[in-house]
Amino acid sequence: MTDVLIALAPASLVSIYFYGLPVLLLLAVSAAACILFEFLIHKYLMGSKTEFNGLSAAVTGVLLALNLPPAAPWWIAVIGAFVAIAIAKMSFGGLGQNIFNPALVGRVFLLISFPVIMTTWSAPAGLFHNVDAFSGATPLSIINEGVKAGIPANEIIAAHNFTPLEMLFARTGGSVGEVSAIALLIGFIYLLVRRVIRPHITLSIWVTVAVMTGIFCLANPAQFSGPAFNLLTGGMLLGSIFMATDYVTSPMTAKGQIFFGVGIGVIAVLIRYFGSYPEGVSFAILIMNCVTPLLNRLKPVGFGRK
Amino acid sequence: MSKLKIIANGIIKDNPTFALVLGMCPTLGTTTSAINGFGMGVATMFVLIMSNIVISAVARFIPNKVRIPSYIVIISTFVTIVQLLMQAYLPSLYETLGLFIPLIVVNCIVLGRAEAFANKNTVGDSACDGLGIGLGFTLSLTVIGLVREILGSGSAFGLKFISGDGVLAFVLAPGAFIVLGYLMVLFNKFVAKKE
Repeated sequence: MTDVLIALAPASLVSIYFYGLPVLLLLAVSAAACILFEFLIHKYLMGSKTEFNGLSAAVTGVLLALNLPPAAPWWIAVIGAFVAIAIAKMSFGGLGQNIFNPALVGRVFLLISFPVIMTTWSAPAGLFHNVDAFSGATPLSIINEGVKAGIPANEIIAAHNFTPLEMLFARTGGSVGEVSAIALLIGFIYLLVRRVIRPHITLSIWVTVAVMTGIFCLANPAQFSGPAFNLLTGGMLLGSIFMATDYVTSPMTAKGQIFFGVGIGVIAVLIRYFGSYPEGVSFAILIMNCVTPLLNRLKPVGFGRK
Repeated sequence: MSKLKIIANGIIKDNPTFALVLGMCPTLGTTTSAINGFGMGVATMFVLIMSNIVISAVARFIPNKVRIPSYIVIISTFVTIVQLLMQAYLPSLYETLGLFIPLIVVNCIVLGRAEAFANKNTVGDSACDGLGIGLGFTLSLTVIGLVREILGSGSAFGLKFISGDGVLAFVLAPGAFIVLGYLMVLFNKFVAKKE
């Protein structure tokens, strides 16, 4: 779990650099609240049935904060932490027993409960600037609303200068953790090098999204945005690297993990293209979380058996 | 079994929502506020009492093979009465509950009590059973509705105590499942244990 925190550090630091101290407050409140709720429930409700693991709760807290809008008030993080730890994790029996990724449950709960706060985005400014909610859209929501209004997707991308290079380095509007793709990729490489995660899930999501958006984009570039845009915007990288690869809620076998990743990719692209929400990665991961017990049946055949 | 015991059973030991886990569709669908839950509970309670009385009275004359269709005819008679009364005198509640009122016909609590209790007990006992189960259902729905209303809209029985919205998720479908689950846990830990 320490490794995951280290892997999340680049994205967190870049975000603090661009959005300033409010983001540091969000990260700290969210992590502290998760640890506190986990400790209280462990001590007063669960008895000795579980082991207290503060680091695991801290990872949930940091992931939750990275999924919030930078201008979100701190109490939103506390509510999200309560939902993530108390409802999504401890109610199911604690660490290792939860069906759904706790941080994502917290985020989706907040998204449907406080739609205004959770979709008020601010533009990345710089350290020590106060975060004002002056700029109101992420690349995905710009595309979503633009296409609905009848403007071709490729023209929107050109007009807003959403080049892959621009999005790769920094300054993508969106959640706290989505500001820089390169920071997230550094975390991914660190996790791979330390052998904390295997690449199957993440890579199969990327390949699925790239192939699917590639086909749609070739067929009708006016309505559908292309692979590079879809891979680098929104929660795609954050979700595919840190959320979908959660040990507890993802399949165990390589085959199962590939099915899992393909499912997430397909659902996420479908929600982005045809759904009413501009972003679908968190919903896609939660939907595939339910399928994980079924995918765990895809076991390799035992030696000498047919 | 005394009449009082039958009524108490319906509220606690055989509580239709938290103990028998019957009638989940109206439980999840209509409890967006305490008033809605209460209205749905009372409508169901009326149908339960009346259909229990009639079914226990005529059960001896109904051939076994056609008993279920016969029960449905009896139940739907009373549901139609409730529906027309509500439409005439409580139009706003009727609008909110909408499709769930005619759906009382296929509510498994009503049919379940007819099959499990009314057709083998006396008219008086069956009326008490309808009352007890109906009260249990009404109480459960009102409590679920109250919790969802307090958390989701910041009001109780329609009286607002905060400005603005509450935690919207509790008014939506996911909140219904979450509140029902936690109330069921509390009920089974603190109420049902004492029996």
